[in-house]
Amino acid sequence: MLLQRKDIRTVKHPVWLPAVTSEVLTVEERTGIGEWNYRAAEGKTMSPESDAAWKRRRSERGTDTIMTPSVRLQEMIRVIRSARTQCEERGIIQRECADIRAQFRQGDNGERSHSLAKLLYVHMLGYPAHFGQMECVRLIASTRYSEKRIGYLGAMMLLDEKQDASLLITNSIKNDLSHSSQFVQSLALCTLACMGSAEMCRDLAPEIERLLRASNSYIKKKATLCAVHIIRKVPELGELFTPSARSLLCEKNHGVLHGAIVLITELCERNPDTLGQFRKAVPELVQIMKGLVTSSYSPEHNVAGISDPFLQVRILRLLRILGHKNDTASDAMNDLLAQVATNTDSSKTAGSAVLYETVLTIMDINSESGLRVLAVNILGRFLLNNDRNIRYISMTSLQKIVQTDHNAVQRHRGTIVDCLKDQDSSVKRRALELSLALVSAVNIRSMMKELLIFLSTCPPELRSHTASGIFNAAERYSPSKRWHIDTILHVLTTAGGDVRDETVPNLIQLITTASELHCYTVHKLYRALVKDISQQSLVQVACWCIGEYGDMLLKGECEEITPVQVTEDDVLDALKTVLQSHMSSPATRGFALTATMKLSTRITENVDRIRSIVSIYGSCIDLELQQRAVEYNALFKKYDHMRAAVLERMPVMDKNSPGHTNGDTFAETIKEPDLPKSAEEGFPSEPASQVYDLLGLLGATDTPLQPSPAPICTPPTSTSSADILDLLGELELTSVPKSTVTVYEKNGVSLKLQCDKQTETDVTVTLIASNSSQSDITNFTLQAAVPKSVQLQMKAPSGNVIPAQGLGEVTQTVLLNNPNKVSLKMRVRMSYSNQGTMFQDTVQIDSFPSTAWNCQPSISPL
Amino acid sequence: MIKAILIFNNHGKPRLIRFYQYFAEDMQQQIIRETFHLVSKRDDNVCNFLEGEVFHPIFSLIGGSDYKLIYRHYATLYFVFCVDSSESELGILDLIQVFVETLDKCFENVCELDLIFHMDKVHYILQEVVMGGMVLETNMNEIVAQVELQNRMEKSEGGLSAAPARAVSAVKNMNLPEIPRNINIGDINIKVPSLSPF
Repeated sequence: MLLQRKDIRTVKHPVWLPAVTSEVLTVEERTGIGEWNYRAAEGKTMSPESDAAWKRRRSERGTDTIMTPSVRLQEMIRVIRSARTQCEERGIIQRECADIRAQFRQGDNGERSHSLAKLLYVHMLGYPAHFGQMECVRLIASTRYSEKRIGYLGAMMLLDEKQDASLLITNSIKNDLSHSSQFVQSLALCTLACMGSAEMCRDLAPEIERLLRASNSYIKKKATLCAVHIIRKVPELGELFTPSARSLLCEKNHGVLHGAIVLITELCERNPDTLGQFRKAVPELVQIMKGLVTSSYSPEHNVAGISDPFLQVRILRLLRILGHKNDTASDAMNDLLAQVATNTDSSKTAGSAVLYETVLTIMDINSESGLRVLAVNILGRFLLNNDRNIRYISMTSLQKIVQTDHNAVQRHRGTIVDCLKDQDSSVKRRALELSLALVSAVNIRSMMKELLIFLSTCPPELRSHTASGIFNAAERYSPSKRWHIDTILHVLTTAGGDVRDETVPNLIQLITTASELHCYTVHKLYRALVKDISQQSLVQVACWCIGEYGDMLLKGECEEITPVQVTEDDVLDALKTVLQSHMSSPATRGFALTATMKLSTRITENVDRIRSIVSIYGSCIDLELQQRAVEYNALFKKYDHMRAAVLERMPVMDKNSPGHTNGDTFAETIKEPDLPKSAEEGFPSEPASQVYDLLGLLGATDTPLQPSPAPICTPPTSTSSADILDLLGELELTSVPKSTVTVYEKNGVSLKLQCDKQTETDVTVTLIASNSSQSDITNFTLQAAVPKSVQLQMKAPSGNVIPAQGLGEVTQTVLLNNPNKVSLKMRVRMSYSNQGTMFQDTVQIDSFPSTAWNCQPSISPL
Repeated sequence: MIKAILIFNNHGKPRLIRFYQYFAEDMQQQIIRETFHLVSKRDDNVCNFLEGEVFHPIFSLIGGSDYKLIYRHYATLYFVFCVDSSESELGILDLIQVFVETLDKCFENVCELDLIFHMDKVHYILQEVVMGGMVLETNMNEIVAQVELQNRMEKSEGGLSAAPARAVSAVKNMNLPEIPRNINIGDINIKVPSLSPF
């Protein structure tokens, strides 16, 4: 048996001499593919063989007596191969195709089959061959076997089941299925199994069922596979084949038996009733399998010392389906599986294939615990095998059982992690999947170290997958927030270009919630930004943080990290580099521009520089960037008094806002974020939503959709600039106060509150500020904050100037929606300037009594 | 299920293509190119499985990451089977071996040129091994026997109608310098009439 020889891959190939023929692609020496190894052992040097020499050798040996040469075909191939250039080849093929067409038109002259054979060769080379379709139909209808043979082959290669031409052959197939010659029958069966459409299958199913009961095993085995195809196309025909499939199990011929097992598997997978029915056949299957395992050597079926591994594998797969979650069936096969698992020699591929299927079957059925241990041990042994194929297979199967037998797999963690360093990318991929599945709270630190090393060295096509796997693992098991942030930053610095889009908002969300780490994070990110501005996602997060926490960066004090001493100019320089870099994507520039803008309230000296940076982008070619710049400009000029409030630090973001997933599914990331919600929460919109926002902006005049966000929540990185415009544009008085309670009284400014309950959950709070001092209060702004579960919507204030001596007031309406009916709390921060002095104060309103009308809030000053 | 069987040489030139699911011609060629690209850059000592990279064109062409390429590299040829998860990887690996050994038996020490010049015959052999994307027969003796019977049937049927064509080609294929060596008087007597036109 050839299979018992040394594996081909371990054998050195003979030394090739360069090709002499002009075809660039020819080194096709006469090296026998099948006798690779002893040739190499003999050390023969293969001289390249010309086509003529090959032909001579063939005719001397008389091989052609077995393989009748199709002379016309060979002539054409020789001509094509003699072409020196691609262009010449094309010319030759065009001529040949013209000839073939002409032959087809001439009709029956005995040459048709040769022409079709030629056409199939041309087809293989990638030239159009559809014009041969009708010829296939004609040849199939021929009475001669040689023509039928090539006709059917052509039909399988050239016809699509959807084409009309395929309907034309239905009748020929039907006739041929009852032909007297088994070979004609076999051609029809083969074609039906390959390209039979649902319609054809319905028509011919009874014929196939009849052939299943034929006496000829050659026809029978083909009919079984044909039945499988029919069931795949038309599942309801399964019942037709069930009885005959059952009786096929008594068959002795391995080919038929193999087909029958495939057929039964297909039936069981499609219909639970049939599955129940075939559970009764388990003892028979076990008997067949036992026969295979214990049978004495039979050269017919022996592959590498294993008796028909193909059949064994099929039976084991069927047993797996039958024994799944069924005690009776599982009990019936336990002994057999134990026997196979212990007695199969796994030194060759064939044995390993059987063992591997046995293990999977043991793990999938309700097997005894001892057997399961044995199975996992076998996989462990596989894992240590030198053959990469076996290692690959064992990891594939460990992957399948990692959910059910986590601890058993965990024992092999070391070996699996070692496989991450394998040079084979397929093995690497398997090891990666398994390693990710093995990460747990206990081993997160050590596993992550390995995974991060892997990330820096892995092939580019695995990088994105590795990154998202790391993110998921970190999110589930991170021992601390700082570790979590560090890990993500590490990923971004090594593979920032390969992470999913939602990574940036996710990380930003994480950073905002870790308030004690703001200083640390901003310092770390600033360093990363200075070092490298090519990793877009990292740059975006860095810009965002610098914008938000720029003050902490400039303060230069940090406990967790040695602070860098940076000046305002340094920071602005860094942001400017990002803005101007050709490596920056439009979204990144947006982040940088907003960050620059945000810094305008966090630094003291360089505001003019910021103003000039922003104004430059007012004429930027990128629409999104330009829009932002124009808005920020307006903020500088027209609404300077509100700038501080608008550019306030972001509140902590809600984890559950849309898009906040490490999402394995793409549907989620593609989904447009719900605009009103994202605006309220100040969720930094991804580029995907830019268009949406723009549309929102254009449509803002007539859509009630557009919310007026709380000034406190102005998205810092927001692309939804529409909100800002709204905020600035709708300066109108919205409500008239009815009764009031004073919550604040200082510097002549008093703030009164009135609440009005409209429904169970909705409360309207109106804040009225008045000024009893001698001078006008300017730059008056109000900000409000409420517990997380409460939604807050601030309407536009009626103005920002409160005239002196109580001559006017500013009102602002706040809508609260309290779906969970938690006890309401609200913080109100107001800032204003009186004769050039800025004041800022916060009051907390601790409880709103449940009796809503004209409620008396309890107030605690902060 | 086996989706496709591709044989190409070390330069990516297709030697046999068989798809068990319909693809348009240009798509087929693209799949061959992509497969060659993936397979040829792998060393000979790595494993024989290549899994779907979700974003790689070939796997999206063939239908997602459920598919695997299982291949073997013999001398100048790559034998690539594209299969879904319902096939045993190691089983397919053995199947490729069975197929190649069958070719070896049929062609007596098969080489790439045999595959090129007997493309149709290779297809017929394959038809006895794999049918409609499913493994049909793995017993080599049985496969070889059936293929031989079929070829004999085709030959016997050739009969009178094919005779003239065969005679012409026989002459054309004759290797003239060698004729004297093999000459045999009885033969000459028979062949003279057919040689006269030349």
